[in-house]
Amino acid sequence: MLMYIGRRLVLAVFTCIAISVLTFIIIRLPPGDFVDAYIANLASTGSSITAEQAESMRREYGLDRPVVIQYALWLGRIVEGDFGVSMMWRRPVTEVIGDRLWLTMVVSFAALFLTWILALPIGIYSAVRQYSVGDYFFTMLGFIGLAIPNFLLALILMYLGFRYLGLSVGGLFSAEYAQAPWSLAKVWDLTKHLPLPACVLALAGTAHQIRIMRANLLDELRKPYVITARAKGIPERRVILKYPVRAALNPFASSIAYIFPYLVSGSIIVSLVLGLPTVGPLLLQALVAQDMFLAGTIVLLLGVMTVVGTLISDLLLMWIEPRLRITGR
Amino acid sequence: MSATTASSASAGASLADDRLAQAGQLRLTWLRFKRHKLALISLFIVAFFYLLAIFADFVAISDPHHTDARRSYMPPQGIHLFDENGFAPHVYGLKGSRDMKTFKMVYVPDPSKKIYIAFFAPGYEYNLFGLIPTNRHLFALINPTPVDGIFLLGTDQLGRDLFSRLAVATRISLSIGLASVGLSLVLGILLGGMSGLYGGIVDTVIQRLIELIRSIPTIPLWMGIAAALPNTWTVLQVYFAITLIISLIGWTELARVVRGRFLALREEDFVIAAELVGAGQFRIMLRHMLPSFTSHVIAAVSLALPAMIISETSLSFLGLGLRPPAISWGILLQDAQNVQVLAGAPWLLMAAVPVVLVILAFNFLGDGLRDAADPYG
Repeated sequence: MLMYIGRRLVLAVFTCIAISVLTFIIIRLPPGDFVDAYIANLASTGSSITAEQAESMRREYGLDRPVVIQYALWLGRIVEGDFGVSMMWRRPVTEVIGDRLWLTMVVSFAALFLTWILALPIGIYSAVRQYSVGDYFFTMLGFIGLAIPNFLLALILMYLGFRYLGLSVGGLFSAEYAQAPWSLAKVWDLTKHLPLPACVLALAGTAHQIRIMRANLLDELRKPYVITARAKGIPERRVILKYPVRAALNPFASSIAYIFPYLVSGSIIVSLVLGLPTVGPLLLQALVAQDMFLAGTIVLLLGVMTVVGTLISDLLLMWIEPRLRITGR
Repeated sequence: MSATTASSASAGASLADDRLAQAGQLRLTWLRFKRHKLALISLFIVAFFYLLAIFADFVAISDPHHTDARRSYMPPQGIHLFDENGFAPHVYGLKGSRDMKTFKMVYVPDPSKKIYIAFFAPGYEYNLFGLIPTNRHLFALINPTPVDGIFLLGTDQLGRDLFSRLAVATRISLSIGLASVGLSLVLGILLGGMSGLYGGIVDTVIQRLIELIRSIPTIPLWMGIAAALPNTWTVLQVYFAITLIISLIGWTELARVVRGRFLALREEDFVIAAELVGAGQFRIMLRHMLPSFTSHVIAAVSLALPAMIISETSLSFLGLGLRPPAISWGILLQDAQNVQVLAGAPWLLMAAVPVVLVILAFNFLGDGLRDAADPYG
């Protein structure tokens, strides 16, 4: 068990490092460096700085040093909590991002939670009642979930809501709470708005998980030990839940770990369509305006939080999957 | 599996017993695949869309780049098959009148003005397959005025015909999927093959790399890389860059399949036999192992394709992928991003239909192929 946690932790650290390298590359991809962009930005508002000031800025940020050292300096500043200044907003990046990062995670976790609590019982149901009306219904729903990209689903729901209910279904808060400070009432307001984006995000993953759970449980149910259990007169519910379901959980569990990055990824584009105050719209604005510190920070933080989220999801799995606890694989 | 198909299959098998015994792996796969009805239908749908991609300009009615403010946001227009003299497909021409409230010219169909449709008729100029200059189209209007057209699916803000644009968009959206899968396949076979063949440290490193890539949220990453593409690049350059970006992240699943097959086949008797006879490692790989998992690779490819198509569509939808004047499904959907626009012109959502249809078809096709390739898997 400790082996398993250790392996996961090492991988998580490596992933974080890889994400930071990728982020650094993204920040440096546009031609010119940060100071060039800063000067151009100043020039567009009419002010300017002298060549010496530019030089000293370059020295301060280590832009005259080799790339590897630049990367180390940049990483050092980030560890200290200094993510740089957003060019577009002229404020520290952390201030601009604010609550948005947490809201992204709230939406993604809500979707993850929904995937878990929907896929497991539906998967079991579909396998136990194979070829029943319900099974066909969920199979259909599953195929639809797989075939409609989530942003398209969001778009269609928005249109239907607007056309037939006459209301705007987007957003995470009602108008009166959008700018208000956090309070219990605001949290409740968020809870009321959460189901729609969570469902939109969770549909594809749930469809996928149902199929995995159904296929694995069907394989298990055909095995002789199930027949033995039935022959012994064990109640049907117990026959199914005691062993086959737990055995079928393994592939289900190992693939659910990959769902979290997928959900975070999807939340970016769904947020844009539904107008959610997550980092999605901010990231797009930053990228279009080439505000690379802001964009890079968002990519970095999203990546790191995804790794942490996946880790938590992995550890939770150990709780439902006894084989992980014992063999560590 | 129902009893009837099983018995008819066994009857067929006994008739063609000898041929079946000699059939190669690919032929066996095809025979099993044919029994999967949904997958077979999907194969036709996929083939239809690829044909549409090849003959897009021929099927298109009006020039997909031609703008005309007078026919902005025209709703879909039906084709009338009969007039008073019998079968004569026609559409109504447009009539302009001034709205007395806004003093703007408004164009509406005029039932008294019939414009007839001819098949294989001349329309706008284009190059068939990009080579042969021609102006023949599947159907076109006879002597239309510049404002008239057949708007099967309506028009967009700039008055461009959505049906024609959808037909032409098929070309980029489907080919970018194929190109990305091709690149991913090369990466997947190379790295997955190495992983499965050498094992040990190589395997560990590649497996960790795959886990690493899969634990990073892809869309922000794509967005970051795609946004850094220079604005000055041509459509073709952006096209290849997007292909590269999508496949650099999308090869992991293919590598996993290839590795799994290599690991399974390494223990097979015929591989050991080939080794004992003294065949070289390369010969064993290409001559003995590869043919027996081609069908698996084809199945994995057809399951990977929809993901690639969605990737391109998402990126272009965000405005970070291909840019106009290129036409792809994502770019068409970009027009439908705004709910206010959609409320006025809901037909813009029609661009979603081919996306969903193709993705669904590829998923069924992939499922059918996978079942056919590996009846025990």
